[in-house]
Order: sequence, then C-alpha cells, then structure tokens
Amino acid sequence: MATQGPIPEIVDPMIDPRTGEYAVIAPGHTFKSVTQKIAGIVLTANTPWAWMGGLFLASTIALGVVVAVTWLVLKGVGIWGVTIPGAWGFVWWIGIGHAGTLISAILLLFKQTWRNSINRFAEAMTIFAVCCAGIFPLLHIGRPWLGYWLLPYPNTMNVWPQFRSPLAWDVFAVSTYATISVVFWYIGMVPDFGTLRDRAQWPLAKYAYGLLSLGWRGSTRHWIRYESASLLLAGLSTPLVLSVHTTISFDFAVAAMAGWHTTIFPPYFVAGAVYSGFAMVLTLAIPIRKFYHLEDLVTLRHLDNMAKVMLATGSIVAYGYGMEVFMCWYSASHWEFFMMWNRMFGPMGWAYWILILTNIAIPLTSLWSRKLRVNVLYLFILSFIVNIGMWFERFVIVVTSLYRDYLPSSWGTYRATKWDYMLFLGTWGMFTTLFLLFARLAPMIPMSEIRMMLPQTRIRPGAEDAEVVVQEAL
Amino acid sequence: MPPREGIYGMLAEFNTPTELVHATEMAYRAGYRRMECYTPYPVEEAAEALRFHKTRVPLMCLLGGIMGLVTGYGLEVWINVWAYPLNIRATPLFSWPAFVIPGYEWTILFAGLSTAFGMIAQNGLPQLYHPLFNAPNFASGASTDKFFLCLEAFDPRFSRTETRTFLEQFSPVSIVEVDH
Repeated sequence: MATQGPIPEIVDPMIDPRTGEYAVIAPGHTFKSVTQKIAGIVLTANTPWAWMGGLFLASTIALGVVVAVTWLVLKGVGIWGVTIPGAWGFVWWIGIGHAGTLISAILLLFKQTWRNSINRFAEAMTIFAVCCAGIFPLLHIGRPWLGYWLLPYPNTMNVWPQFRSPLAWDVFAVSTYATISVVFWYIGMVPDFGTLRDRAQWPLAKYAYGLLSLGWRGSTRHWIRYESASLLLAGLSTPLVLSVHTTISFDFAVAAMAGWHTTIFPPYFVAGAVYSGFAMVLTLAIPIRKFYHLEDLVTLRHLDNMAKVMLATGSIVAYGYGMEVFMCWYSASHWEFFMMWNRMFGPMGWAYWILILTNIAIPLTSLWSRKLRVNVLYLFILSFIVNIGMWFERFVIVVTSLYRDYLPSSWGTYRATKWDYMLFLGTWGMFTTLFLLFARLAPMIPMSEIRMMLPQTRIRPGAEDAEVVVQEAL
Repeated sequence: MPPREGIYGMLAEFNTPTELVHATEMAYRAGYRRMECYTPYPVEEAAEALRFHKTRVPLMCLLGGIMGLVTGYGLEVWINVWAYPLNIRATPLFSWPAFVIPGYEWTILFAGLSTAFGMIAQNGLPQLYHPLFNAPNFASGASTDKFFLCLEAFDPRFSRTETRTFLEQFSPVSIVEVDH
C-alpha cells in the first residue's frame, strides 16, 4: 500500500525519513546505551512491585495445576469432562510455541534483522508454552507415572513402542522440538550472560552468570563458530517447527473421523500455529515494552511487522476454513456434510461462529489498516481476541467431530468440569510465572544482536590507505 | 599450551571496529600469527583480518545428522521387524513411510545437539578462567562496547618492547600487558 501524494511532514523521530517506515531501533543509541538498558532490567537491586505482585498472582494461579494434577492422580481421569466420545488436546499451547521458533529461525535465515529485538522472548515463550503443552498429553495417558513407556528402551516386559501410530510420532516430534528449542535459546544467551557476568556487582550474580556464560569472552574465532552454529540451528529448526505441527495435525488427519480426515490439515495447522503464536508475542511484548520502557528497542515497526505476519497467516487459516466447508460439499460424503452442518448449526454451533468472528472477521478486516497496525492498544486487544479464536478453533475441531460420530448411539456431549478449568487456568498461571521469572533473571532482548544493528558497526573504508604509512614505519 | 608463567600477551583497546580491523590486518602483515580479537558482537571483517575462515561446525552438524538418522530409523526397523513385530491393520512389518517422521526427528535432534555442543567444544568452552580476565579494562569493555586485539606472547615475533611500539602506532585507548 504505497502512500500517494506528498509525504506528510514527519514529526515523529521514530520514522525514518528515507523510507517513511518506523525505525527498528530508535536513533541515538550506542553500544553502551543498549547494553545498559537491557542489562539494567536484570541487574538491578530493586525489583518492581508490579513484578512481585504479578509473580504472586501468577504463581497462586499456577498452584491450580498442582491441585488439579494431585486430585487427578488420586482419582483418575474420570474427574474430567474428557470422556468418550470427546477427548481433548494440547494443540493450543503448542501452537503458540511455534511463533517463537519461527521468529528465531525462519526470520534469521531470511536475514530479517527486525526480529533481533523480539526473538529472545519469543523463544522463551516457545519453551514455556511447550512446557504447558507437555502436561496435557502426559496426563491424558491416564497413568502419567508410566509415561516413560512411550520411549523405546529395553525393558523386562519385552515391549516396544509401535511406530506406525501418529501418537508415537508425536512423542518424538514434541520432545525433539522442546530439546532443540532449549538448546537454541541457551546458545543464544551465552554471550549475553557474559555481558551480565561482567556488569554484575553482586558476587552471587557474578558467579551464576559466569557459570551460565561458560566463560564466554567474545573472541572472534569463537564468534565465527557461534554464528555458524546459530545459522545451522536455525536451518534445522525451520523444518522442525513445520514438521512438529504437521505431526500433530496427523494425529487428527490420519484418523478416519469426519472433519479430521483431510489433507489440508498440515498446512492449515502450521499457519494457525504461527497465527496464534504471533498473537501471543504481541500479548507479551506490548505490556513488556511499556513496563520496562523498551519502546526504543521494540518499536512500532516490530508491532507493524508482526501484525502483517498475522494478516498473512490469518488469511491462510481463513482459506483453510473455507476449503473445509467446500470439501464437505464437494466430497458428496454424507458424513462430511452432516459434520459441517452440525458444526455450524448443531448444539455447539455457537463455538463455530465465535471462532469465525474472533479469528477471521475481526482481525482480517482491521489489520489491513496501517493506522490500526501501529495502534498499540488495539493490537493488544486484538491479540487476546485471536488467542481466544485459536482456542475455539481447536475446541471446534476436537469436540464437534467427536461428539457426533458415525454411530448415533455413541453421540454424547462435552461438558468441562471444574477440574478441566482449573488445570487450564493453572497452565496459564504457570506460563506467566515462568515468563516473569525469565524477564527478571535473563536478558530479554539479545544484546549482542542489537549491537549488530547499530550504525556504529559499519567498518569505514580507508583502512587500506593507512597501509603505506605503517609499512614505512616498520 | 603456552607456559603458565610470565605474560600471556599484549592487549590493545580500541573504540571502534574500524580501528580494530585495521590494526589486526597490519599485525597479520607484520608477521604476527598468535593473536586474537575480542569484540562485543561478531565482526566478520576481524575474522578476515585474522585469516580465519573455516569452521568445522557444519561438519559436526552433518555427522550428527547422519548418526541420528541411522540410529533412529534403524531402531524403528529393528523394533518393528525383529524385536516386537505386531500386525497393525495388515500393513507390512517394514512400513517404511510410517517410520520417516520419528527418523527425521532423530536426525534433527542429533544434528542440533552436535552442532551446539560441537561449537562449544571447539571453542574450548566452558573455560571459566582465562588470563585475559586479569586485564583491568577487559571485563568492563569486551562484552559491552570496546574492541580488543591481543598479540600473544607465544608468537615468535612477540617482544615486550617491539610489540608495544608496534601497537602504539594505531593509537589505541590503552595497551596492557596481560599476566597468566
């Protein structure tokens, strides 16, 4: 959407006069100022009261997980509303995780340097979301203390996993994803831990960050290997992130259930995951930049770009919904047709229309407007709307297909119990707790990568001219 | 390993990457080989000046990936064909397409871990003590906003007086002798 006519007079110093776009980093920053700003959040003696309050609240909610899981272990999965015919998934949380890796990996490969400010907390978000996601399937197996039976290990029962099942694929996909995400995240933080070690005043902090930094000293040979490893990890994570959600969609698509058995599931799940993940990054980034005054480093350019990615992936999701409806008609399958009719107008039809409203109607009409894309408050509200929408998407897919299956005699309904709600809310508390701890204890924004984006990094020509003088001096 | 007593090297501090790259290039041309730059972010031009191009990190990634593929896929085949054969919906015991996904995940897992740990190992990390941390200005600058060139005493061209004179012509902020 090119601007027409004369460019209006620019008063905002954040706008780059050459391009008319918002700057990725506010002008006037130096290596020292960005370091002080980011390290200052961690290395300060006075913890903000709002942080303390937030942590208290979040960890109290997180206790819900402890209570719900304890009761579950004592009583069994019967306490849940999750029973035949409707069984639930963890898809929402893991979907959120994907934007983190996407931001880190794919945008690194495409040399989209604007990602530098947001990749660290997007990765943290990934890892914490995967932690939350991991709870659900583990509990759903009924006897979580036997969860290790999923792994291939020699045992006295002489039993091995069955590798033709998508559920066994999931174990490997998600555990690999979690491991590689943690490694990528940690490797990214090593040089920044070095900075924190050097700047810390408190001996214990110096010691702890010193251990975490592995003795990083910024040697050029180290940096080159480090860059090479980062690029390789990004290259490995990109197909990984796509494969993980594809595998999860196979859980559905491989089943012969109406509304699930479709080839559009993998791409549409991946797009949906990225969509909800970026919404979650916005949900987290907007309060953080406000609270810690990081508007210079996480600028409107970032928000604008993230909104654009949401617009693109949201459109793919909309296409997926449209294609689902079309295929139900085009397949001429009685079962598919009934499933879609029931999904739209059946007893749970309200969920479908909330989904369309929150996931498609509101975001995809408004995000075309640049004014709204740089309106922080609007984006914040919208990110919640999209998260709700994506939650309903999974609800609709899982529940509406299952509660009216082929045999009318097995029809049932789904009604969540208080334990379902407690567990779900509890994971929210857990996620928030982990994220608050991360924001206080680790560098939220990668300092070394921000330094690389400053204009001072440019090597001025003319180094060769001085050569003659030097040789004479020798 | 260089001897553990005496000085480790001569450390020059610069304010800009341009000065660092220039000094490094000149030091290389003057015949210094045992030297290293220390910067707060990766400076590729400094690596060029040090003539450091090849890393073995990609090779480690490749080897890890091959190992993961062979291990993962081999394990699946062994389990499903020999160790615990099951008849699942009358598909052959060796249902190779179904084994692709876990095999692929193991490939990524092994490749990723060997890249990360390989990089750390090749860098000689974790190494919590290093003589450079003895330099008073190193810790406050190398990880924040200063650029350092260290000419190491192990280099045959190194001499306390001549190396200092050599470095002085690039007008660094400071020159420090680093002890072991």
